[in-house]
Amino acid sequence: MTFDPILAEKRFGYGLSPIAELAPATSAAEVLARVRGPDDMAVRFPVEGFSTFRERLKTAQAVQRRARRAGTQVAKAEADRQQKALQRAARQGERAWLWQVMMRRVWTRDGFRERLTAFWGDHFTARGKVGVLKRASVPYIEDAIRPHILGRFEDLLASAVTHPLMLHYLDQAQSVGPNSIRARRKEGGVGLNENLAREVLELHTLGVGGGYSQRDVRQLAELLTGLSYTVEDGRKFRNRFAEPGAEEVLGQSYGGGPARMADIRAVLRDLARHPTTAQHIARKLAVHFIAETPPADLVAALVDAYRDTEGDLSALYQVLLTHPAAMTPQQQNLRLPAEYMAASMRALAVAPEVYHQFGRGRQREQFIVQLFQRPLAVMGQPWQEPLGPDGWEEADASWLTPQGIAGRLHWALEAPVRLRPDLPDPRVFVESALGPNAPETVRFAARAAENRREGIALVLASPAFQRR
Amino acid sequence: MTQPANANGRTLNRRDFLRNSLSQGALLGCSAAASPLLTPVTWAAGPWDHRLVVIILRGGMDGLDVLRPVGDPDFATLRAPLLSSGAAGLDLTGFHQMHPALAPLLPLWRRGELGFVQAVSTPYRDKRSHFDGQDLLEAGTADLTAAGRDGWLNRMLQTVPGLSGQTAFSVGHDNMLLLRGAADVAHWSPDVALSLSPQGARLAELVMHDDPAFHDAFLEAQQLMLARATSDGLAMDAAAADMMMEQGGMAVTSQTDGRPAGIEAIAHFTAERLREETRIAAFSIGGWDTHRRQVRGMDQALGSLVQAIEALRTDLGDVWQKTAVVAMTEFGRTARANGTDGTDHGTGGTMMFAGGALRGGRVYGDWPGLSEAALYDRRDVMPLGDVRAYAGQIMRGLFGLDRSVIETQVFPGVDLAQAPALHL
Repeated sequence: MTFDPILAEKRFGYGLSPIAELAPATSAAEVLARVRGPDDMAVRFPVEGFSTFRERLKTAQAVQRRARRAGTQVAKAEADRQQKALQRAARQGERAWLWQVMMRRVWTRDGFRERLTAFWGDHFTARGKVGVLKRASVPYIEDAIRPHILGRFEDLLASAVTHPLMLHYLDQAQSVGPNSIRARRKEGGVGLNENLAREVLELHTLGVGGGYSQRDVRQLAELLTGLSYTVEDGRKFRNRFAEPGAEEVLGQSYGGGPARMADIRAVLRDLARHPTTAQHIARKLAVHFIAETPPADLVAALVDAYRDTEGDLSALYQVLLTHPAAMTPQQQNLRLPAEYMAASMRALAVAPEVYHQFGRGRQREQFIVQLFQRPLAVMGQPWQEPLGPDGWEEADASWLTPQGIAGRLHWALEAPVRLRPDLPDPRVFVESALGPNAPETVRFAARAAENRREGIALVLASPAFQRR
Repeated sequence: MTQPANANGRTLNRRDFLRNSLSQGALLGCSAAASPLLTPVTWAAGPWDHRLVVIILRGGMDGLDVLRPVGDPDFATLRAPLLSSGAAGLDLTGFHQMHPALAPLLPLWRRGELGFVQAVSTPYRDKRSHFDGQDLLEAGTADLTAAGRDGWLNRMLQTVPGLSGQTAFSVGHDNMLLLRGAADVAHWSPDVALSLSPQGARLAELVMHDDPAFHDAFLEAQQLMLARATSDGLAMDAAAADMMMEQGGMAVTSQTDGRPAGIEAIAHFTAERLREETRIAAFSIGGWDTHRRQVRGMDQALGSLVQAIEALRTDLGDVWQKTAVVAMTEFGRTARANGTDGTDHGTGGTMMFAGGALRGGRVYGDWPGLSEAALYDRRDVMPLGDVRAYAGQIMRGLFGLDRSVIETQVFPGVDLAQAPALHL
């Protein structure tokens, strides 16, 4: 099976761009070489990393303390005002980063890196539940996910699962062992929380139905006690929270000596290397990149690569890019809404400067709300707000709803002219966006449309563009 | 249990529905887009005759302000900062008054079409987070670790075989956990509108024609948008509608300029679906997190709730008599007003219901009292009832579900005997 650069750009990247310098890679090796190369987009379109974001949390915490101690109404009102200002600044940041993330996808030669970042960010979904922390998703992905997409799965797993945002999201930070120092001293409000342990087994590693028991969940939860964070230091191991004694997870014993982070690393490593995890990860990659019901031989090849390399992710990507099933011409997957928007903007070559033309401050925020956040919510994928730790659904049926389709068509009618006032000729656009194999019906629609706006929208609304 | 089938005794799903209603149009090939416009959606009787609307009040509604226990000796002191400004409450039972912003609903109370349940909550305790509290309210489970990834209203649907995808509607942008799950549920926000020329609509249908999943969803979207445009009379006058039908396109323009649909639009749309084959609908109303300046905040939030109930009642016409509207929130608020003329996150709260299908005109549930010793954690209303038991009783009454089905599958572990039957 020969490598089809155009198909690969759609399936593994954000689709075709009319810009000559952004031409697709001509071989699987070149796709991988680009991912291994320097991360140009992170430099050109920076977003805040979590280590920087943490400064916001520190300030917020200090203000909160002041508010609690405030003796007078005036002092309390002042602290409230500062709190609000911090939250507003973080919200503005979130909206600015949305634009930056989109721009990376539009202007990259390395679309696979951006897709992998989004894929793993979703696999390891983490969200802030309160205040400033609600805006931390992109910073978390930037620090905990993006640098690890090429290495071993176990490193990515450890990076995500022990990250402060994950510890907050899945309630690990306050999980206290029933026989820990803290519990024995009856310091109040203490208890074991199984949330992270359960999701590590069910979502991050073995997968639901992965042959673990409630006892494994409980034991892993006890083993994870102590894994916590502080706003000042980031991740922190709290001895006082840790359950003493050894724990047994999937028949393997951990700990027993003084509680320590190393035991947690060991169990995560073993879980990452478990054959059931290989199966789960292989299948998930194949579903996301190739088809809702992926070919069994492709999944098997991915599992083999995982096992042979102890979970070297680049070996899995190599299989994905070179396996015959990867280049079947049928477009079996639907682009999810945020990917759909990015692919549309890439096809339109939306310029980075557009952002600055939409005024400043509040006005610029409104631009992001109107063109991205509200439409994404209508399409069913509010930005960085999946309902649960399982991330976004992959099944087409979740997205191909009347509301979803209408939302996409609505966006395709309203957004392009604001993002690129000099809309291209639809007859040219149909070729540049879909490539030489554009279906005749779409070409016809692009020719027959009454005006440019509708012509562009029809191309973007076509299944040929929305699928990959 | 009611047998869920249409009048022909055959169960239908959404895809069947489309194929059936469009079979005429399909003969016309690519101009099938015209078909839904010319063929109004007609449906045989749904599986049930009763209607249930669940409104999730996001932010933690202050039940003590909505249903004021003025007969409680501690109430006036605890609430002094909130009661000093604003209009007086409306007497209901002598012991209870209703918030003045609910005045438009007073006739409903008198007719027995509005009622309250006091001192209720979900099993959520102590952490008082909106995020977790709402998840638990919608999951309907005992705690969040036990919670699956589906909502109780969806689980209820799962227990009834053969429902159509139109039986239940989630309305608005909110992707509600309440209705998420294995059962097929429709989802629509009435602010989704397209400004496509007739030619554009025909071409859109053409480019989607060969992809059945796209094609079905697109045609259904057109139907929903047309239904709204013709019913609210705002988007399109009759002449424009006629022209549109002749031309076989759609020229519905967006009313809302990309803003989320207002509560009235959501309620109008909901009523419209309930008059057709839909039996269950859910949407949410925010604005209840009144930490500061509660008098103003409650006027606004309750104003939205009144608008929603009034729009439903007016639009539903005689169907209102078969309808139950249930409004519930993730937790109540502190018994004592805080220092910023508001209240903070609490525990026990109030559930509100309306509609001709329920026995209103009364306040259900026991009253714990507001003395410091009677409060939960010495700060919140002590919850005496489980909000899930009331919701379960309502569903049992409306839809004839088995008690054991509700107690094991919809609300696992809840004892329905805690709550009285509320339906007529």
